[in-house]
Order: sequence, then C-alpha cells, then structure tokens
Amino acid sequence: MGDQPRIGVLALQGAFREHARALRRLGAEVVEVRLPEELEGLDGLVIPGGESTTIMRLARIYGLDEAIQNFPGAILGTCAGMIVLDRRHLGLADLEVDRNAYGRQVWSFEADVEFEGDELPLHGVFIRAPRARELGPGVEVLGELEGEPVLVRDDRLLLATFHPELTDDLRVHELFLQMAEEAASVRSL
Amino acid sequence: MTEYGTLRVKTGLAEMFKGGVIMDVVDAEQARIAEDAGACAVMALERVPADIRKEGGVARMADPQKIRDIQDAVSIPVMAKCRIGHFAEAQILEALEVDYIDESEVLTPADLEHHVDKWPFRVPFVCGCTNLGEALRRISEGAAMIRTKGEAGTGDIVNAVTHMRAVFGAIRSLQAAREDELYTAAKEHRAPYELVRWVAENGRLPVVTFTAGGIATPADASLCMQLGADGVFVGSGIFKSGRDPIGDRDGWVDDVTRRARAIVEATTHFDDPKILADVSAGLGQPMVGISASSLPDEERLEVRGW
Repeated sequence: MGDQPRIGVLALQGAFREHARALRRLGAEVVEVRLPEELEGLDGLVIPGGESTTIMRLARIYGLDEAIQNFPGAILGTCAGMIVLDRRHLGLADLEVDRNAYGRQVWSFEADVEFEGDELPLHGVFIRAPRARELGPGVEVLGELEGEPVLVRDDRLLLATFHPELTDDLRVHELFLQMAEEAASVRSL
Repeated sequence: MTEYGTLRVKTGLAEMFKGGVIMDVVDAEQARIAEDAGACAVMALERVPADIRKEGGVARMADPQKIRDIQDAVSIPVMAKCRIGHFAEAQILEALEVDYIDESEVLTPADLEHHVDKWPFRVPFVCGCTNLGEALRRISEGAAMIRTKGEAGTGDIVNAVTHMRAVFGAIRSLQAAREDELYTAAKEHRAPYELVRWVAENGRLPVVTFTAGGIATPADASLCMQLGADGVFVGSGIFKSGRDPIGDRDGWVDDVTRRARAIVEATTHFDDPKILADVSAGLGQPMVGISASSLPDEERLEVRGW
C-alpha cells in the first residue's frame, strides 16, 4: 500500500458522504463503492447509516453481500451499517442488533458516550438507533451509554450504534484508519 | 445529559434518507410493497396526488387510524403530510410519532400567509420549494429537510426539473457573488441574510434536499439525482402505474413492485446508464399522467406556499 490508506464507503444509500468527508480530513484516499469490483485494493470499508432493508436489498442485487463477506480489510459499520454486519445479516460481527430499539424519531437523541481509554467522552448522535446484544466473547466494548455497549470492536470490525460522521469529532474514524492499516500490514506478511 | 428533538437529530434522519426513494402509500399493503422494494421511508396519505387531482375537494391530513396501520406494517420510517399552516394537524401527527411531517402543498392550504412554526416541534419537518428563497424561508421556520415541489400527481417531470434548476442554479450564482452583493441577494431572495451567506460559503442548502413531483420512471429518478438531488420522493408514479388494480390485482402488484424496485436501483446507480437500461426494461405501463403545461392555473399545486 502507499502512504495513505485507501478506504471505500458503501454508497448504496444513506449518509455515505459524511463518512467520506471525515476520512478525507484524516488524509485517507476515499472511493465510493456501489459494485463488488470496486472493493478491490481497498484497506477498509465503511458501511454507513441509512435504512438497513434498503442497503441489504441493493447489496444482494449485484452480489455485494458476498463480496463484503469475503472482504479482508477493516470494516466500520454505523447504525444501519452495524445491523447489516450482524449475525442475522452478513454474519461478520459476533453479535445481534435490534433495529429502532429506542423508538421512533421523536425518541432520537444526543448524549455523551464514555470512550474507552480516553477521558473526553464522544458526543453520540443516536437516530432511530439500534441496540447491540448477545456480544460474542471476542467482542470488545469501547464505548458505553448508561452501561450499554454502543461502540464495539470485533477483531477488524468497528461498530457504532450512533453516528460519529455527524459530529466534528474524528476519533472514531481515526481509530478505524489505524485498524485498516493494521489489517493491511497483517495481510502483507 | 440526553437531549431529544435537537436540530442535529432532525437533520440527521434526513441524512440517512440520502440516495434513497421515499414512496407515497395509502394503506398497509402498499407500505409493505414499498418496504420490500427498498424504499428508505414511506409517506402515509389518504389519497395519492393523482387521485386528489381527479376527485377534487379539500385534501386533509390522513386518518390517524390509517397512519397507525401503516406504522404497524413496516419497520422503515413513516412520514405523513399536514396542510400548509395547519399546526393542529402537525401536533396530532407528532402525537402519533410519525418520523417526519411533510407540510405539503399537495393538501389544501389551511393558511394563506403563514407556514407552521416548526421550531417548537420535536418531530422534524420537510417542506416544498420552487426556488432558493422559498427553501431558505422554510429553513428559517425550522424545516430540517427540503424537497423541490415539481407538480405532484402529473407524472410529468418538467416542473421538478425547473425547480431543481432554479434552486441549484441560484446556489451557484451565490457562490460566485462578491461578499457585498450578498445583502442585495438576500433581499431579492426574500430570505434571511445569515442563511444566504451560509449557502454562498458552502455551495449547498444547510439541509438535505430531495426532489418530488412527477417522477414516474427510473430515468426520471436518474435525471433528478444527476441534477443534484440527494434523493427522490415518488408519489403517484408507482402505485398509479401498471395493470388495472381492480381487473387484474396480481398483475398490478407485480407491475408496481417491479417499478418500485427499478426506481430504487436507478436512484443508487443514477450515473450508470447500462444499469439504468437494464432496470428500465419491460416495466409495463407507466403512470399515464397529464402534461403539467396543460393544467389551468387554479389546478397547479406548485404555487401554494409563501
């Protein structure tokens, strides 16, 4: 790989431009991914928030679901992107995610999230947010809201029930880029 | 501290709709068809615009029972329309916990001067516009999402194109303007200076901008996306297409399902003409529609809103 990690943002539907902007601010090279062949040569992939039923349907049509299952790089999934990765969908993350677990839009909220290893909390924007449960033994909790996991890491996967792309705080994306570089260096061994 | 109903969660839900299709539905069956086809949200209505046009009379907020039925039928967000200025209908829709309220010119206006003051509401609003000034006036009243109006219920894309050209063209002009020209620009657009200045600096509206009114084919959706829309509303274009729903129910379900899926795919792959050609093939009868230019002035919905 070159100096900058190459990151794809799944651009089927949802808040993909915000992720692209955050990653570019951190110096990554970002491409939009709509078809399986566009995954080639990428160090990481972001599956953004949006509607998980819409994203899954569009992914299946052109075989992106299988291509993502075989993708070796790091993956960041936020909100709907986390749902898409769980045991009941693509089966890459060892957990289950319940949709709209806090209720409809009038129950969407902002709150501070305790961030593992950092005294400064993350500001979480939770929009019709899901809840993660039945975390597998290898899943590490990196962020908590009222004792519940809202940011977790499962090996090369980073998953958030909230939307770090909607704030100017780049720490989640920064961590993801580190993970993409680690995954790339492991593969090149 | 947990904060509800902030501008960021209101505009944030609209960010999640981007690249998607929001479909008008009048019952639970249509809502399920829309969800299965990949709609990112549905708009619960009493009648689709084409029927409002045909049947005439006063068009109002949908029956709350109908909205509840649709909310129970799908897991995607459910929007509903209130009349322009009818804040009591909006309060009822908020109590029903719809996910977005469309203060819409498709319904008969309740106030000929004032729109709903949208700031006090915890539920977000989307509003229509025909030009940049109208969009910014709605945003100053608290709209968290904008859609260009087009001419609903016609199946004719021409007004949607006119309105998008007007909004996005005016944004490009503001970007080229000198700073001292922005004061006069605000006056000409009849919009708050601060918002005009923000648009000039950022080259876009401060909220997600969809397009609506007359989208009937995958090519229409692609055209709107290429002109700069963040996503599309499809009203009558889906469920008023296909075979006769009374004479051939199964045939109609088949036709509208394929058209709905095709428009969803076209909105994602809007700049890939090969995919567009494939998804446009063999879709059956599109909505017959009426030419927007043949409408008498009193039947034009786009002029409602102030």
